[in-house]
Amino acid sequence: MFVSTALLVLKKDFAIEVRSREILYTTLLFALSCVLIFSIAFVKEGEPLLDAAAGILWIAVEFAGTLALGKTFERERYGETLRALLLAPAPRAAIYAGKMLGVVVLLAIAEVLLVPLVALLFHAPLFAQPLLLVALLAAGTLGFSIVGTLFAAMLVRARSRDVMLPILLYPMTVPVMIAGVRGTSALLQSPADTATAVMWIGLLTSLDVVFMTIALWTFEPLMTE
Amino acid sequence: MSKSGVSDFDSVQLLDVSRHFGRRRALAHVSLTARAGDILGLLGPNGAGKSTLIGVLATLVAPTSGEVRYGGQTAHALGSGLRRRIGLLAHELHLYPELSARQNLDFFARLYGVETGASVDAALDRAGLGDRGHEEVLGFSRGMRQRLALERALLHRPRLVLFDEPFTGLDDHAVGIVAGRLRELAASGAIVIIATHDLDLADGLVTRVALVRDGRLLLDEPAQAGLRARYRSVIAQAGHA
Repeated sequence: MFVSTALLVLKKDFAIEVRSREILYTTLLFALSCVLIFSIAFVKEGEPLLDAAAGILWIAVEFAGTLALGKTFERERYGETLRALLLAPAPRAAIYAGKMLGVVVLLAIAEVLLVPLVALLFHAPLFAQPLLLVALLAAGTLGFSIVGTLFAAMLVRARSRDVMLPILLYPMTVPVMIAGVRGTSALLQSPADTATAVMWIGLLTSLDVVFMTIALWTFEPLMTE
Repeated sequence: MSKSGVSDFDSVQLLDVSRHFGRRRALAHVSLTARAGDILGLLGPNGAGKSTLIGVLATLVAPTSGEVRYGGQTAHALGSGLRRRIGLLAHELHLYPELSARQNLDFFARLYGVETGASVDAALDRAGLGDRGHEEVLGFSRGMRQRLALERALLHRPRLVLFDEPFTGLDDHAVGIVAGRLRELAASGAIVIIATHDLDLADGLVTRVALVRDGRLLLDEPAQAGLRARYRSVIAQAGHA
């Protein structure tokens, strides 16, 4: 019941996105613009600033993710469909999980474009340890999406949601961002510091478990008015 | 026992229910019973607490104090299966405009564990959208959306049917269709509760009247002819009290 409901919500979000492509295009355009602007600032005469690539990659993911979160729940606000979802006889945490998976998929698509672009513009050897990079991005994106989806759902009926979301989200995801940036920086060293990267992946995974437990536990009471 | 594992209840009872949002009192000590076959009209001016009451009955809003009993049991005791027995049609239609009418119904049918083929076809026919099921809801008129939303809310054959301002923005023909559907539901044994401020539409449709103002229940009695006059008199008395 839990998994089937979560997948049903994910499938529904996918069907809407296939028809509108609104969130995907906005998120991608924003993420790519972000990286391009940073490349203009931080690459001088073909030489990028040392270690800038890791930070810029994660900043682009976080900013694009915030945009995607806002838009995803804006869609549920229109027509009050979030209320309809909460009224369904399914575990409310499964509704949360479905929405969260949608954000993860969207950010994963953005990252597929962002990683090669950052590697190209900042001369960063991001593909030197592809598996570790994928693990870092997966764990970091999951952590960001877990916290972000909970806050975005909580704020869906708040008048100041566009202001409140970053104010709540960014401080809470600072550990995720630090771990992501540090882990990616370790992978960009020559030779790659895989032991440090693995340590950060472990920390990110632990954060994911803690965040997910709290989110699944609190979603229902938070969403009951 | 129904498919949901929740017994079909014959009544829903609000027992001394209050609800505060911060310092604002939305409901104050409301006690009310609706039974199978009733069309209970929750009447009152804007901001009276009608929508909060509907939210409490739908399990979307938790009471600050008091409790709601569905056939003698609380929502907490009945668990999420209770929601399979509740249908809600609000002023906001709970539809995804980017999806087609059929996709909307398919999605909600699956969410409620209802088989999608014949039920969805029948719902589209009842909504008068049998040949337009593949079209995006975005292109529908308000009346078409409302009819679709009504069938969406009733797809899982709920026992408790809650309507919050169901007639807003509808023409006379569409109002007639919705009102007819409400009578059918009540005749089939559902508990129907409508929150509205439109006394003309409620008059002749509802079988019981509950009048709410400032979160307080001012009146709970069988409906009689001349609803508007009765409403004015009770509001005037409450104003003098």
